[in-house]
Amino acid sequence: MKLLRQTYLLLWKDLVLELRRRESLLTMFFFGTLLLFVFHFSFDLVPEKVTEMTPALLWLAFLFTGTLGLTQLFEAERANHCLDALLLSPMDRGALFLAKTSFNIILMVAVEIIVIPLFWILFNLRSWEAVPLLFFVAFLGTIGFCVLGTLLSGVTLKARARELLLPLVLFPLMIPVILATIRCMEAVLRDGNIGDAAPWLRLLLGFDVIFVTVGILIFDWAIDV
Amino acid sequence: MQPNVTKKRKGYLGALALMLILLGLYWGLVQAPPDAYQGDTQRIMYLHIPSILTAYLSFFLVFVGSCLYLWKREKRDDILAYSAAEIGVLFTALTIIEGSIWGKPTWGVWWTWDARLTLTAILLLIFVGYLMLRSLIEEESRAASAAAILGIIGFLDIPMVHMSVYWWRTLHQPPSILRPDKAPWDNVHPAMLTALAINFVGFILLYFYLLSLRFRLGEITEEIKTRRLDRGQ
Repeated sequence: MKLLRQTYLLLWKDLVLELRRRESLLTMFFFGTLLLFVFHFSFDLVPEKVTEMTPALLWLAFLFTGTLGLTQLFEAERANHCLDALLLSPMDRGALFLAKTSFNIILMVAVEIIVIPLFWILFNLRSWEAVPLLFFVAFLGTIGFCVLGTLLSGVTLKARARELLLPLVLFPLMIPVILATIRCMEAVLRDGNIGDAAPWLRLLLGFDVIFVTVGILIFDWAIDV
Repeated sequence: MQPNVTKKRKGYLGALALMLILLGLYWGLVQAPPDAYQGDTQRIMYLHIPSILTAYLSFFLVFVGSCLYLWKREKRDDILAYSAAEIGVLFTALTIIEGSIWGKPTWGVWWTWDARLTLTAILLLIFVGYLMLRSLIEEESRAASAAAILGIIGFLDIPMVHMSVYWWRTLHQPPSILRPDKAPWDNVHPAMLTALAINFVGFILLYFYLLSLRFRLGEITEEIKTRRLDRGQ
């Protein structure tokens, strides 16, 4: 309970900061939209072609915008030794991990809520009924991405060129999530339900559960100064 | 232990590894018959399989060293993990190169997105990332714990990468003609198995020889740093 209370307080702090500055959210949103345009120009997407490419394109857009968010995740704490103060305070570092992860999830979900419908509008897709389930799958993928991403952005906190290093170590480890999310999205768009992609969904859930647990346990060392 | 005694023992280890690998190569290249379907190209197996097994052993040692370091904070566990990671990357890269050399005449391509190939390549990427992380953090103890965490995450991630990559290839695309036939063990000529076994032991010994050298190098680097600190340089 204490852990949840501390998580809530830390998350609230980040949300208030973000609501006042709107830095990460706006950049992520514009970058996500920009990617849709870039995709359109690079693949010359006509409606027949776009349906089979939707999962990959959407998930790539989220992956890149998410990385953008992750590199900014500890920026507020890096200035003025705020991180040291935060670590000195009597709190569980697992709470810091949970708060940062949830914060990044909230940012990414906010972007997804806007980008997914925009994708349907921009590319004239008709399968609107698949959107809620698609969003759910994207949400599970987002959790996996943010959990591992937060953990690794803690690990790379003191590295030189950390913005460049983070995707390099993160992406190979993210391959189960990338594959599982795209396969589930494909199934949703094809059949309207998860159907034969159920093993992928279990893998995705397993990944989320394993790394949330590992994160809470190990973050203490990840962030240690 | 006296340094020169250890040095001597390491020398023996290296010489033994070299002899075994030479013997294994003789057995594999001369004694063993050529493969019924693939002919002589199959002989690269005597290097290929020991390489990848040694690489797997290496990544397991990275995991062990990382856990021990986070638990006990002893420098030598970190040096072990670092050394194992470097040599593991070397053997994984060797495996991929050997595989390509074999793949070109057998499959007709240097590279194909087969599950096992993809998995090996991802392993290489994960641990190259590990080495990059180490080299980009200046502060010694920070680099060690950051790397230890990545070592643990990487190891935990491998089974999931394994599953996803295999499903990706089996659910998505049926096995094509590019897949090598897997002959049952009783179909394999005994001389082939002997050659493989000798080379396997040889590679393990070679691995521990390289590891001990790399470990010693890490220790020496550490000692130099401490002495410099003592002298106030």
